[in-house]
Amino acid sequence: MPIKVGIPRALLFYEYYSLWISFFEELGAEVIVSEKTNKEIIDIGVKNTVDEACLPVKVFHGHVMDLKNRVDYIFIPRIISLTEGEYICPKFCGLPEMIKYSIKDIPKFIDTTINFRKSKKNLNRTVMEIGSYITQDKKKIKRAFEIATEKYNNHRMLMETGLLPNDMLKKDFLGEVPQPSKKDKVLLLGHPYNIYDSYMSMEVIDKLRKHGLRVVTCDNLETDVIDEKAKTLNKKMFWSFGRKILGTTLHAIEDDGVCGIIYMACFGCGLDSVIAEIVERKVRRSSDKPFAMLSLDEHTGEAGINTRIEAFVDMIRWREDHEDNLSTYR
Amino acid sequence: MKITFPHMGNTYIALKVVFEELGVEVIVPPKCNKNTLELGTLYSPELMCIPFKITVGNYLESIKKGADTMFMWGGRDVCRIGYYNTLQRDILENLGHDIKMLCVKPMKSIREIEHFLEKLNFVSGTKNYLKILKSFIQGLKTLCRIDEFDDLVIKIRAREINKGEVDRLYSNFKRDINNGKGYRRTMEIIGQYKKKLLNLEIDNNKEVLRVGIVGEIYTVLEPFINHYLIERLGNMGVEVHRSVTSSEFIREQLDFIPFIKSNKHDIHRASEPYLDTEIGGHARHTVGNTVIYSEKNFDGVIHLLPFTCMPEIVAQSILTVIEKEKDIPILKLVLDEMTGETGYLTRIEAFLDLLISRREKKSYEKSISWS
Ligand code: SF4
Ligand code: SF4
Repeated sequence: MPIKVGIPRALLFYEYYSLWISFFEELGAEVIVSEKTNKEIIDIGVKNTVDEACLPVKVFHGHVMDLKNRVDYIFIPRIISLTEGEYICPKFCGLPEMIKYSIKDIPKFIDTTINFRKSKKNLNRTVMEIGSYITQDKKKIKRAFEIATEKYNNHRMLMETGLLPNDMLKKDFLGEVPQPSKKDKVLLLGHPYNIYDSYMSMEVIDKLRKHGLRVVTCDNLETDVIDEKAKTLNKKMFWSFGRKILGTTLHAIEDDGVCGIIYMACFGCGLDSVIAEIVERKVRRSSDKPFAMLSLDEHTGEAGINTRIEAFVDMIRWREDHEDNLSTYR
Repeated sequence: MKITFPHMGNTYIALKVVFEELGVEVIVPPKCNKNTLELGTLYSPELMCIPFKITVGNYLESIKKGADTMFMWGGRDVCRIGYYNTLQRDILENLGHDIKMLCVKPMKSIREIEHFLEKLNFVSGTKNYLKILKSFIQGLKTLCRIDEFDDLVIKIRAREINKGEVDRLYSNFKRDINNGKGYRRTMEIIGQYKKKLLNLEIDNNKEVLRVGIVGEIYTVLEPFINHYLIERLGNMGVEVHRSVTSSEFIREQLDFIPFIKSNKHDIHRASEPYLDTEIGGHARHTVGNTVIYSEKNFDGVIHLLPFTCMPEIVAQSILTVIEKEKDIPILKLVLDEMTGETGYLTRIEAFLDLLISRREKKSYEKSISWS
């Protein structure tokens, strides 16, 4: 019987799923990903998390609950830093503890510390430690990581052609690329686990697409371009997530193909409270693109979000219709 | 140049001393009040943590009094505080205030201390490093003396025989401190009031509850944010212990210097079984100090945190386990601009009732086992 490794479909899953899944599969483990977020998962997560936690962390708890009786291990790495000189939200560092102390009868964790703040030198050790839960064969671990990395890189390349993780996660995904057209890009900003989790985001991506708009995110932009732009900030952004968002925003401000920007923030998120503020200030100061802030919490109603999206789209259309007039005034 | 800084409890006294010794004009912001919070909330991002909002209020109130240079801690923490000054500068600029911001980083190495002294050099306009170093050390000493004094106040308040005496003495103390100037005068006042304090009539045999306070430093130290929790508990006959103080905060940064000691290692040891890494803010302290309070047989612990405070939320989920494993009651108080006083007080009273009944039960069990 292969060892069953559970991966919660939440938080950084949306960023790293291709890497994680293929790594464990190459090691010979059976990978079980929790169900798609649904009402039950949210409710059970909310019930099992401290009240003050942000919604995504509560949802993560829900996904762990969904897995706990059907796997041998749950993969909950303690992530401190993913990039040299940068951090991510403090909650990721404490995530294994939060889970351990909030959920009873939980299977064993793979809770290896991932900390590349000083350098990526310990990458190899980190990989070996994670792999050792499944096999002691070092060569096999090395090989598995190589294959997984290749998959992950392919995955990133596909995204640079315009695909989004939620497209690729679809069962019937055939690898086709949405047709790019001219001036119809909407930049959607926010944590990957908010924008790509279609239940959480109330299908914002599909909704925008139905209005004939093309949705782009930080993931569609090459890393180098993002970094280059982020370097121009007066104050270095030390959260990796924030650097991506700000770099992409600066790029989009100058990109005529981008006709509007949406930030999907999450109530109670410490990072969003800072980053969304900086983004909004930047967009409003140096561009006239329509900007909307959508805020998610446990009680956000779909109707409210729909109205906001429609108002946003109307604004874009209005701009299109009046573009010529506007430019003559300038 | 007229310099100002945000409030955090009594920290202002030490900062005031440093700048006065350097001969710079200091504008101490008005004591945090309702207006400070309202102003700060009005101009801050809605979902920011409350220390940010109050500090914005402090700045605005100081600017009104003529301040043109802001001095603040910031910089290196992985948490939101690392962005406070960038955003705050932007907010103030947008409001049309032309101000200078001096941001100092934590002082964890000689290089960083030098950096701090350079800032002081800039402020004072003097090249006399000896003078700068001297005022810096005087500031540190003041900070320590104030914290000692406050600890004594807490002890005596819980045991005073004539109700209200300590509070009256304390408000006179603050008045004199605010009118006094410079290091020598400040130390003199602290000394005087310490004597007065020790002369107050107290009931040494009084059985007092002992409650430890843990949490995010700002909410612990700024009485306006925690609704004067420490004073209140004292007046209810509770002896409070604050686990984070500004002098300890600084000592922990400077303890690479041989003669400076801090409790850092003790705290890390205590928190290790539950949390063995730094995750920003004061989370590790919160966990470690709660364990230490339970080891020292405190009656209970109060955990203070700003609404949406990321590190403290992690700590909080761990505290729920410590509460059971170490059998020590913990009251969590989440603070923001909407915290209503009535509900807040009711919760504190209920908590104290619980602590009293636990004590009685314990002493009853003891007396039974003796007979
Ligand atoms: S980044 Fe925001 S949403 Fe994500 S875990 Fe931290 S507080 Fe929650
Ligand atoms: S520790 Fe808490 S209060 Fe301090 S910056 Fe971070 S979130 Fe805000």
